[in-house]
Amino acid sequence: MTQTARTAQTRAKAVVDEHGGQQHPIRLYLLVWGLLFVLSAASYLVDYAGLQGLLRWTLILIFMILKAGLIVAVFMHFAWERLALSYAILLPLLALIGLLVILYLEADYTVATRLIEFGSR
Amino acid sequence: MDSKFQGQDQTLLQQGHSGFAADWSSDQRVFKGVSWGKAMMWILLLSDTFVFACFLAAYMTARSSTTVDWPNASEVFALHIGGHNFPLLLIAIMTFVLISSSGTMAMAVSSAYRKARVPTALLLLATAGLGAAFVGMQAFEWTKLISEGVRPWGNPWGAEQFGASFFMITGFHGTHVSIGVIFLAIMARKVWRGDFDGGERSWLSRGNGDYEGVEIMGLYWHFVDLVWVFIFAFFYLW
Repeated sequence: MTQTARTAQTRAKAVVDEHGGQQHPIRLYLLVWGLLFVLSAASYLVDYAGLQGLLRWTLILIFMILKAGLIVAVFMHFAWERLALSYAILLPLLALIGLLVILYLEADYTVATRLIEFGSR
Repeated sequence: MDSKFQGQDQTLLQQGHSGFAADWSSDQRVFKGVSWGKAMMWILLLSDTFVFACFLAAYMTARSSTTVDWPNASEVFALHIGGHNFPLLLIAIMTFVLISSSGTMAMAVSSAYRKARVPTALLLLATAGLGAAFVGMQAFEWTKLISEGVRPWGNPWGAEQFGASFFMITGFHGTHVSIGVIFLAIMARKVWRGDFDGGERSWLSRGNGDYEGVEIMGLYWHFVDLVWVFIFAFFYLW
């Protein structure tokens, strides 16, 4: 009986050792949490201040990328995973660039034909 | 038996890019130090990323190919409070609620790995509560827009594709949040009962004090928050 219990305990320790058991300081989580709040507030202020054009789009994209990076790197522990996993998840996303380019060109073509067919805006 | 399973000593693995090459060309398994459960969750999230990317790409195509002006999200989603007009207020509150839930989720994972059973259960429950609040506000938003005449085929303010994009993107995201809330509640109950500490395997838990299931749940939940970051930027702010 105690033998089984000890075996179970050893196995449990082995399993936790095996997958690493992501343990990181709570202060780091709180810092990221705070940063996400600040960045969200900043992107809301972009709209509240009524910024337009290139400045608006640039700021929105910068805040978006920073937020996404913080979530993936710290909250989802990508900063501590091995490259074999990170690359397996991140590299396929490059295919999306192709999709976006193709669809953007297609939309450009569609709007041009619509303007010719239906007249100006 | 030594504490190392199948000779998988983390400290002996190569690091950096040579480690990446060694992992992918090795026998038996590629994702070293990652359980199959976590690897499968990541692969699910990768495929889900493509689904959401397709929705956002379709939205981009619709928005940039229409000859009619796109409705101004800042005005469409404004709230009137005390005679004052706040642009995008409800969406901002929803964003903060979802980020807070991501924070409580991260704390839940952290306490799970310290094997603090009760705090983990309570933090999971708090995360589920914030998620439910988010879905509630989304239901309010949908009701408001539908009563104002937004339909998948038209709306009072401009390009007809606005409604279809809105309902598809936020609807699919809301479904993910709802599924997450259900699983968070199940997880909270299992942690509370001590399923993760007992000697038995069960659905979603491996027992023996292995709390990795909570981290895998966390990956899904943070992903839901991550998708909202992109929706917030591209649909509501652009």
